[in-house]
Amino acid sequence: MTNIATTAADSATMFRRNLLHMLRYPGLTVFVIGIPVLLLLLFVYVFGGTLGAGLPGGGNGASQQYLAYVVPGILLIGVAGIANGASIGIAQDMTEGIVARFRSMAISRAAVLNGHVLGNTVQGLLCLAIVLGVGLLMGFRPAAGPLAWLVLAAFLALVCYSISWVAVAMGMSSKTVEAASNWPMIFTLLPFLGSGFVPTASMPGWLQWFADAQPFTPFIETARALLAGRAPSAGDGWWSLIWCTGFIALGYAWARRLYERKSV
Amino acid sequence: MTTAIAARGITKRYRGQTVLDGVDLTVAAGTVLALLGPNGAGKTTAVHILSTLVRPDGGTATIAGHDLLRDPQGVRSAIGLTGQFAAVDGLLTGEENLRLMADLRHLGSRAGRQRVAELLERFDLTDVARKPLITYSGGMKRRLDLAMTLVGTPQIVFLDEPTTGLDPRSRQTMWEIVRELLDDGVTIFLTTQYLEEADRVADRVVVLDHGRIVGEGTPSELKARVGTEVLVVTDRDGTARPEIPIDGTVGGLRRVLDEIDGDQLATASLRTPSLDDVFFALTGNPPSSSSESAAAPATASTREES
Ligand SMILES: Nc1ncnc2c1ncn2[C@@H]1O[C@H](COP(=O)(O)OP(=O)(O)O)[C@@H](O)[C@H]1O
Ligand SMILES: [Mg+2]
Repeated sequence: MTNIATTAADSATMFRRNLLHMLRYPGLTVFVIGIPVLLLLLFVYVFGGTLGAGLPGGGNGASQQYLAYVVPGILLIGVAGIANGASIGIAQDMTEGIVARFRSMAISRAAVLNGHVLGNTVQGLLCLAIVLGVGLLMGFRPAAGPLAWLVLAAFLALVCYSISWVAVAMGMSSKTVEAASNWPMIFTLLPFLGSGFVPTASMPGWLQWFADAQPFTPFIETARALLAGRAPSAGDGWWSLIWCTGFIALGYAWARRLYERKSV
Repeated sequence: MTTAIAARGITKRYRGQTVLDGVDLTVAAGTVLALLGPNGAGKTTAVHILSTLVRPDGGTATIAGHDLLRDPQGVRSAIGLTGQFAAVDGLLTGEENLRLMADLRHLGSRAGRQRVAELLERFDLTDVARKPLITYSGGMKRRLDLAMTLVGTPQIVFLDEPTTGLDPRSRQTMWEIVRELLDDGVTIFLTTQYLEEADRVADRVVVLDHGRIVGEGTPSELKARVGTEVLVVTDRDGTARPEIPIDGTVGGLRRVLDEIDGDQLATASLRTPSLDDVFFALTGNPPSSSSESAAAPATASTREES
């Protein structure tokens, strides 16, 4: 078999292994789905009236209007949760003796990591579909057409995939599983410090600068535009792609290095 | 005879501590080498280096014709490793674990299924094949662990303390499996803290202490230096005398007994030599970091400092 074919076959095997883990032990998946759903309910039903009234053009039906505004932010909170799951998952796996076995076998060196990242991406899409479903039940009526939905799915898959690479590297670099669960907390904060819950224009100057510069704002704005049936602005689209590429490159290089170095 | 493993001057340091100090090892294809040493001698480190998990700080090795440093993937495709601690996926069933190995060895779906069924049968795991590993006993996990190593029919198998912590029956089973592997022409590199085990299964024994080889030879050569048995005598007041290695002949025993002041003796008995005795014979010292678990499976021994 050629190198690429071997890598693909071994990654597929590891991917199946990760899916089996998720099916057998759905605890982490339930946790990953639960947090964004809870936040969605909280923000719409508790804060929605007030926050919705503060939106530009807000007024009547404020909480429904806020629902439409906050869903993309919640989706990205979901992505951050996926990062958390990815980091915990790989850290747990590294404590298992079987990884030493993998390292002593003639399998593609990236396969174990690929399996985790792909498994997490699938888990992520599932989680995001459920969050969107809850949004729809609450009365969210996105204007997206079939094409926009397709682009949105591909876009969210890419974001999950790229963040998972960074999270997997973070998990690899942690000495304990607890430490691995702390690292990606940064990702959970970013939607709050971006355009996830309120427009960045309503923030104090220094925070606004940070909110506009960080990756989650273009992610959220791109998702928001697609859900509204609009084309994302070129700036948000490009910045999203640039951030994703950067995350993949950084996460991949970092995780691979740690995987090679990690002593048994 | 071809050489399966040839290692020269393998050296490894951890934070200034020299764990392996210029170790040379040669294993002929189709034979069993036992690396014998107490806890902390460097056995696991040697296994990890030879199985490509850890890079040596110095030295070279050729394994199944592949250079350890330049062609690690070649080495990996020829070896199987069963480490000191079970390397199984605890979240999967026994069968799924074996299937995972079959897939990673690219056996193909039909050949893979067949090999898995065969190994489940051979290792007496068919009944529990579909049960999660949490329900497995320690011995069952060890058997599965070894079965996973064998899925890809490796030419060289590393077994790091394969019988430590096993009950006598499982230990017997393990030795039988080693013999079966030998019949199939597999080369085996095993580590052990038990002289008895090295004696029973190995063609050659290498004794490791503090990362240095302190003796090597066939089990009978080693025993010739250690004595086949040890005479234990105690005085009338209950104090134990220094133990005396003997060669196992009646003449040898008589000569030794004649030299002792018989009137003072209360008891005299014979026991098989332990790892401690080997070290005493080879280095004049007891093993540097002997642990409780280092006691031989059959007999425990204490040697008087003298
Ligand atoms: N990764 C490591 N970092 C630091 N020291 C280590 C490491 N691995 C082994 N050692 C040290 O090397 C010595 C030999 O260990 P090991 O090879 O496990 O011995 P054995 O298997 O014979 O019991 C011990 O003193 C151990 O503490
Ligand atoms: Mg060891």
